[in-house]
Order: sequence, then structure tokens, then C-alpha cells
Amino acid sequence: MSGDPIARPEPLSLVAEQRAAANTAASALTHGHPSSATPPAVTLEGVQVSFGDHVAVRNVTLAIPARQVTALIGPSGCGKTTLLRAINRLHDHTGGSVEGSIKLGDIDVYGADTRPELIRRRIGMVFQRPNPFPAMSVFENVVSGLRFNGVRGRALLRDAAESALHHAALWDTVKDRLNQPAVGLSGGQQQRLCIARALAVEPEVLLMDEPCSALDPIATAKIENLITRLAADVTIVLVTHNMFQAARVSDQAAVFLLGEDRVGELVEAGATDELFHEPKNPRTRDYVAGRVG
Amino acid sequence: MTVASALSRRDLVRAAAQRSLTRRRITGRLAQALCAVAAVASVAPLVALLYYTISRGAQVLSWSFLVNAPTPPGIPGGGISTAITGSAEIVGLALVIAIPIALLAALFLFERSGRLAAALRFSADVLAGVPSIIIGIFAYALLVLPLHAFSNLAAAFALAVLMLPIMIRADEEAMRTIALDLWEAGIALGARRGRVARSVVLRGALPDLVTGNLLAIARAVGETAPLLFTLATPVAAMTLLIYTDGTQAFPIAQETAWGTALVLLAFVLLLSVAAKIAAWRISRRAR
Ligand SMILES: Nc1ncnc2c1ncn2[C@@H]1O[C@H](COP(=O)(O)OP(=O)(O)O)[C@@H](O)[C@H]1O
Ligand SMILES: [Mg+2]
Repeated sequence: MSGDPIARPEPLSLVAEQRAAANTAASALTHGHPSSATPPAVTLEGVQVSFGDHVAVRNVTLAIPARQVTALIGPSGCGKTTLLRAINRLHDHTGGSVEGSIKLGDIDVYGADTRPELIRRRIGMVFQRPNPFPAMSVFENVVSGLRFNGVRGRALLRDAAESALHHAALWDTVKDRLNQPAVGLSGGQQQRLCIARALAVEPEVLLMDEPCSALDPIATAKIENLITRLAADVTIVLVTHNMFQAARVSDQAAVFLLGEDRVGELVEAGATDELFHEPKNPRTRDYVAGRVG
Repeated sequence: MTVASALSRRDLVRAAAQRSLTRRRITGRLAQALCAVAAVASVAPLVALLYYTISRGAQVLSWSFLVNAPTPPGIPGGGISTAITGSAEIVGLALVIAIPIALLAALFLFERSGRLAAALRFSADVLAGVPSIIIGIFAYALLVLPLHAFSNLAAAFALAVLMLPIMIRADEEAMRTIALDLWEAGIALGARRGRVARSVVLRGALPDLVTGNLLAIARAVGETAPLLFTLATPVAAMTLLIYTDGTQAFPIAQETAWGTALVLLAFVLLLSVAAKIAAWRISRRAR
């Protein structure tokens, strides 16, 4: 499966190839057919996000396949976070304006009669830095999203919490301290708690913004393993500036780079192993070879 | 840059560091001593004040002093019970008025960044600088004159107006310590803004809210000027009693003032300890 993030002796394309091979084998077992045949979970068309006069990222047209891991990669400042936050309408509160079309299935995310709260329930998010609610226990953190969405009933909440913690590979670690403060956990555990919190509201899509950038290599490896397993049920969009991480865990990748005018743009997207093996765009080739960014 | 010049530069730096070492050590010691003197000087008045109040007030203090009602001058056995209950009632009422309004206003400031929020913040700052005696006249004009009566309500209103700006800014500060990323984490789960404000912002800020409001309360408990205009008699509140009895020539009145001062001090102290314990327990009990 995914390799050790500390040792990176293998070339990028080889890592991606192993990952692709493992994935094909796995999906052949579970689904009986390659998963790329399923319709996209999220579709972006001509998306541009700007803050006032400043365009942060433009002209993004991308289909995000259901129940796969799609990595958004590129150097820092090229608009990956900005684009990711457009997908669950977090820019509603930051003053960023989103143009173009974003669809969840066939629902227009920015439609006039689309409630942002319902979109965000279906498109979960994991942030760059672990951010469990400090005044809450482990259990309260996991079920907080359910409570926010009006779910009641102790049995139901307990059930959902246990299931989400199992999914986040955290149950065995925290099952005896569910009522203790979440801030007592280690950084990696806190991030997995945030993943459990996001999973508890049963999202279809999970946006992850460099979820390992604040973690040590061992915690990173755990989260990467988790991402690979979660993709069986949930569509994952993973922002990372670490190409090796993208190669290890993603099925699809989209490369973002800064254009001549310092505006981020989507340069190339495709199956991860192909993208790293034989990039079509010369700018992608330079980036993958480590010549820019 | 050549190797030779880099080497000589290293020698220069080393020589300068060596030469100035003694001077730097002396300045450091001097600064430390100065800080220590300043620290003692700032604590000294507090210690003196506590000592003086306790030594003068303790002679007067007795059970009957606390529970007996005041007696007319010259009649022994009087206490300050009316002033104690009056102060407690006025401050309690003021808190009931000020705390919820301040919380809601602070939430508004926390969430909005528009012109209205800026105006509100500015007026809170102006209000915080208004002398308390003016707030007393304001309460007099607004509540005492029209109702033709002094009242605890008018006094509580004056104290609430006094506390509001301090509480609003303290509450907003406390909420701001809850980082934006926690707010966003709540929003990203599909919560509505009001829900995030309640469950994430207020709950997370609770310990800081308690400590912040305590400062405002401590300030209000000790206020005298607003009460001058709103209460009929000095025996209706502790600060007023200290003010009137303390400025009289009779030793008995002076003794009463000292005793009351001690009770008031203990009251404020108790309040801060209680609030500290509450804040500590709230932050520990992560439910
Ligand atoms: N809230 C904001 N207000 C103004 N500009 C922003 C804001 N958020 C991001 N930007 C701008 O958008 C650009 C892309 O940033 P970001 O999406 O964070 O890049 P990345 O995640 O790829 O490192 C940057 O130029 C940044 O200054
Ligand atoms: Mg980013």
C-alpha cells in the first residue's frame, strides 16, 4: 500500500504507479469494475475566485470522480486552498467571490435556492491545522456536527460517534477517554478526531486542506493510510504541496501553477500515475521534475 | 566577499562582544533591580491599604454589625445589614441587566465588521470614558425624576450603564481568543451562524468571559457617584455608607465606615475568588 513518508528512495512516477496498480486490484475486488466509470461527484466549470480586484485562481474546469482521491497539487500561493473553500461555500464569509459553476451531483452549489448549510453537511472539510473544539470532550467533538444539524437521541449519537471514530482509526485510542477534553490528544490524534467529526455527519465529499502539514511523519503515514481507506465510501479532494503524498494516495491529480500575471490556474489534470509518468504540459513536466515551485 | 575579509569581520565581532560584556552585564543587573523596585512599589499601596482597612475595620466587625439594621445616631447596637443587602440587590440587578445585553452586543461585534459595528465599538469606548457621576445624573433624570422616587432599580440601571462598555469590550476580546478556524470548523459542519456562536464561540470563551466580566463587576461594586443620585438614604448601599459616615467627625460614624469598608473589600475579594474558581471549573469540565 502507501509507502513510508520518511524514506522516499523511489522516483515519483514509480510511487504513483504502485499506487495505481494496488488500487486497480482493490477496486476489481470490491466493485468488480474500474471506479472511473462512475459519474463525477463534483464538477467545476470555469471556476474563478477573486478577492476584490485580486484574482486568486481562475479558469478551473475539473471533474472530481466519486469515491476516489483527487489531489490538488502545486506550489504555495497558487490558489489551492482558495479553490477548495469555494467547493463548500466557505467564501460566503471571507469576502471571496466565486464565478463559474460548481455542482455537487446535479445540484448547483451556488444556486439561488441552495442552502449553504445543506451543502456543507454533504461536503465536509478537514483543515490544515487540527482544530477540535477546545471546550468540548472527545465525544462532544465527534457529535458536534450532528447536534448542529438537529440530530438528537443519545443512542443514535453514541452509535454515530463510535462508527465515525472507527472510520477515523481512532476508536481504540480514545474509547476509554471519550469524556476527556479533546485538546489532550496529540496533534495526529486531534487531526483524526477532526476527520471523525467531519465523517459523523455522513458527507459524500470530504475536502482536506494539507491535513498532514502540521504533523510528524508517523502521524502523516496514519492519515495517508486513512485517506486511502476512506475513499471506499467518500469522495476525497486532497490539497497537498507534497508530490510524493499525492503520488502515494491519489487516483487523480490536478496541477495548479501561477500564471505570468501571478494568478493561479489549473495547468493539467488526469490520472496520477500518468500525470507523473508522462505529463503532457511542459509546465507540468518542469514542476513534476522539481524545476519550478 | 573574500575569505580573508570574512575572517577579519569575525574577529571584529568577537572582539566587540568580548569588550562590551562587562558593560552589558551591569546594564542587565541594573534593569533587573529597577524592575524589582517597581514591582514592590506597585504592590506596597495594596498591602498598606489592606493592612489599614483590616486593622481599623476588624475592631468594629461583629455578628451584630453584619445582621443588625442601622440605628439612629447615639443609639448603640446598630449594624449595616440594610447596606449589605442593598448593595447585593443593586449589583445583582445591574448584572441581570448588563450581562445579557453586553453578550449580545459583543456577539454582534464579533460577527460583523461593517460600519454599524465600528460605530458601536466607538460608542462603547466613549461610554467607558464617561465619568460615573454623569451616569448618575443620567439615571436620575431618566428614572428618579419621572417616577418621583429614588430606587434600587435606578441605582442598578446606573451601574449597568457603567458596566456595559467594559463588559462589551471584554466579551468581544474573549470571543476573539476563539480563533477563526474554530468558527469555520463549525460552519463547515453545516451549522448555522447563530448555532456556532452559541456552541463554539460562547462555550469556548466562557472562562475568559467570566474573568472579563468580573473586572466590570468589581468596578461597579465600588462605585459611589451613581448612587448619590439614585438612592434615598446612605444606609441603602455600602459605598454610600462609607462615603457619608467616613466624612463625619463622630468616632462612631468613622468606625462604621471602616467596618463597612472591610466588608466591602471582603465582598470584592470573595467575588473574584468565586469567579476564578468558576472559570477554572468551567474550563476543566469539558462536556
Ligand atoms: N481571505 C483572503 N483575502 C484576500 N486574498 C486571499 C484570501 N485568501 C487567499 N487569498 C489570496 O489568494 C491567493 C491564493 O492563496 P491560497 O489559496 O491560500 O494558496 P495555496 O493554498 O495554494 O497556498 C494568494 O495570493 C492569497 O493572497
Ligand atoms: Mg493552502
